[in-house]
Amino acid sequence: MNNRGKGSLKYLLQQREIVARFVKGDQSTSQKKAKGRAVAAKIPAEVCGLKVPRRTFCNNIAAREHEENQGLPNNVVHYDIAIVGGGMVGMALACSLASMPLTKQLNVAIIDSNPALEGKTCIKKEDPPDPRVSTVTPATISLFKDVGAWQYVQQHRHAYFDKMQVWDYTGLGYTRYNARDVDKEVLGCVVENKVLHSSLLSCIQNTDLKKRIYPSRLNSMTLHQNHLPTMMDSTSSSLHASLAKLELSDGNSLYAKLVVGADGAKSRVRELTGFKTTGWYYSQNAVICTVEHKTENQCAWQRFLPSGPIALLPVGDKFSNIVWTMNPKESSACREMNENDFVKALNHALNYGYGPHPQSNLLGNNGDIFSWFRRDLTVSANECFEVPPDVVKLVSGRMVFPLSLRHANNYASKRVVLIGDAAHTVHPLAGQGVNLGFGDAFALSRIISEGIAVGTDIGEVHLLKKFEAERKRENIMMMAILDGFQKAYSVDFGPLNVLRAAAFHGAQYISPLKRSIISYASGQI
Amino acid sequence: MASRLLNRFPTLNNTAQHILSLPFLRSTVASPFLLHSRLYSEDVSSRVPNRSSLNQVELAKFSSIADTWWDAEGPFKPLHVMNPTRLAFIRSTLCRHFQKDPYCARPFEGLKIVDVGCGGGILSEPLARMGATVTGVDAVEKNIKIARLHSESGPETANIEYCCTTAEKLVEEQREFDAVISLEVIEHVADPAEFCKSLAALTVSNGATVVSTINRSMRSYATAIVAAEYILHWLPKGTHQWSNFLTPEELVLILQRASITVQEMAGFVYNPLTGQWTLSDDISVNFIAFGTKNSQ
Repeated sequence: MNNRGKGSLKYLLQQREIVARFVKGDQSTSQKKAKGRAVAAKIPAEVCGLKVPRRTFCNNIAAREHEENQGLPNNVVHYDIAIVGGGMVGMALACSLASMPLTKQLNVAIIDSNPALEGKTCIKKEDPPDPRVSTVTPATISLFKDVGAWQYVQQHRHAYFDKMQVWDYTGLGYTRYNARDVDKEVLGCVVENKVLHSSLLSCIQNTDLKKRIYPSRLNSMTLHQNHLPTMMDSTSSSLHASLAKLELSDGNSLYAKLVVGADGAKSRVRELTGFKTTGWYYSQNAVICTVEHKTENQCAWQRFLPSGPIALLPVGDKFSNIVWTMNPKESSACREMNENDFVKALNHALNYGYGPHPQSNLLGNNGDIFSWFRRDLTVSANECFEVPPDVVKLVSGRMVFPLSLRHANNYASKRVVLIGDAAHTVHPLAGQGVNLGFGDAFALSRIISEGIAVGTDIGEVHLLKKFEAERKRENIMMMAILDGFQKAYSVDFGPLNVLRAAAFHGAQYISPLKRSIISYASGQI
Repeated sequence: MASRLLNRFPTLNNTAQHILSLPFLRSTVASPFLLHSRLYSEDVSSRVPNRSSLNQVELAKFSSIADTWWDAEGPFKPLHVMNPTRLAFIRSTLCRHFQKDPYCARPFEGLKIVDVGCGGGILSEPLARMGATVTGVDAVEKNIKIARLHSESGPETANIEYCCTTAEKLVEEQREFDAVISLEVIEHVADPAEFCKSLAALTVSNGATVVSTINRSMRSYATAIVAAEYILHWLPKGTHQWSNFLTPEELVLILQRASITVQEMAGFVYNPLTGQWTLSDDISVNFIAFGTKNSQ
């Protein structure tokens, strides 16, 4: 027996007794029985918020429950939407559905075996930042504000940054970006993934959305393909004929009008539906960790080294997050070496290693040739090259992830749609991955709302293809650009280095170009 | 009144039924044989020998593609693509007329709606999902069967009542509905004026009537006949007779004579680049009219 929730288990068993008596008591009319069943189905859902796996119940309770279930002829539950994967993107979809008037009455099932979904994990302020962080763009921040989840993020550690500096090891050029260039306050905000996830969870707990969280994994899925149902034997099964049936690893099965695959890069939904993907592995791994400085860091730094970029992102309270991309051999070496050596390697990579610092070419020093430039200069064009702050201490473990580019050829088919990493994974060099996922989630909920407005069946292919057409365009464009950058910066070849330097200078001094770059990366275009 | 007139000519009644059965091909796709079925009411004698042979041909051809009603990529695809746009207009006008909350997911809760010429139920099902009590009528039995089968697969649509009958018969049964909707039907009817009178008789006073059809203009000839039938092959040749199209003015006039006042009219415009239909003020090709029955 699972000792973890012993007190809560007793409470749970008591509740089940009450429910069992309730259901058995109402046997007068079949209608009342049906209502009782419906209520009985709902009560355990609320009560079973405690994570107690069914298998560890006392034998007789389990037997009684099994017997009750066998006695109910229609023991399958109907949902409007089944979200497979309750990570950041899946929960963002749920929050968005809960916040819109046309979709907030939908019945949603969330399938994820992650215990964090039970809502009991508490994030303590004293904990050092988790190395898994995401940079959210201003577009994503405003979407979060629309659904009411950003207020929860602000209660935890988060770091806005308004400056960014990008340069490479050749020392031939650098670019500085400032939010003031586009008359904004921030370029983005760096938030730990667990903070984003728990904020979305808190947001959704405070809404009326009818949801049930299934703490298990998806085993198999049946989608009925024929558009014309043949004669069924019983009316009850014909009611489910055109819905998707999901079977979970703990034995539950449920029906849903629409299955949303938000289960990450190794998506089971994508595998079961048979969507093909295109992509390749970058022969690079990313090493991530959290470090500490002497003073607060308010700028995002990225330096392109011969084997990959190293990024230093502020996380708040003098902490920063490191994302260092390098080839697999070096990444294993980095993970093995002791902390002091690693800190030295970090400072080497960020500061004086691999090549010289770029020269600060202030436009004011170059005489009258560029006077016609000066009219439209951005704030950051006048900023000197700065050296990133020294890393003093390593405050978390080092994690290594392989990097790849992957894109599903189709996002949608009848009754199934993919969002987030299940549909696309990108290189982390511009911090865009999860923002694309959030964009998918909010777009899908808007399209579902539009479909419901005209009475469409939400699992219908036309509606989902509308979503696919809208998001595919944007996702592919972003992926192509990021892949281009990754390829352009992974070659050490004289003329190409000069070209890249020219690109740095161009982005630094040609104001319209810089403004477009900032707007695009912020998600505004 | 229409039914009394029809009763005096029993053969006329039967033929009118067959003629009326043609429009209840909810798509503009189905029948190439419609060309021959333009039997006008004055030409009684020549009609009788044609009637039986036509009927078989027409029904057989229609039955053969009736299975594809719900195949979104099949011959009824243009209709599936146009459907959300029509529903948007219906939702907006009916919500405003019956003073229902447009932000509600089921705004038509409590309304009785009849879909005259429902075909496979492409319009009836979304209306049911929006909360209405829907009755779908079509004169072709196969369509009704298909519609019934498909609607059984969902809990919200299982309550749609499908009848294989005509508007006139419903009037005889003295049924009345809050809203009467008949889309892409009137251009296939032999006597539009009588058809409108039947629609009006089915509407309660101060109820809503929505009719959609194709305009009779040069542009619609170029688009709906030449382009759609001969060039793009969206519709089989002969699906529409340009001379049977109604201009908006004519439609308003015959509806007025049937005591329905047209309140709003909108056009559907197809964008070939995006492949989407949108509502617009351009009524030169496809248009839809919303009217209310005068209170008696």
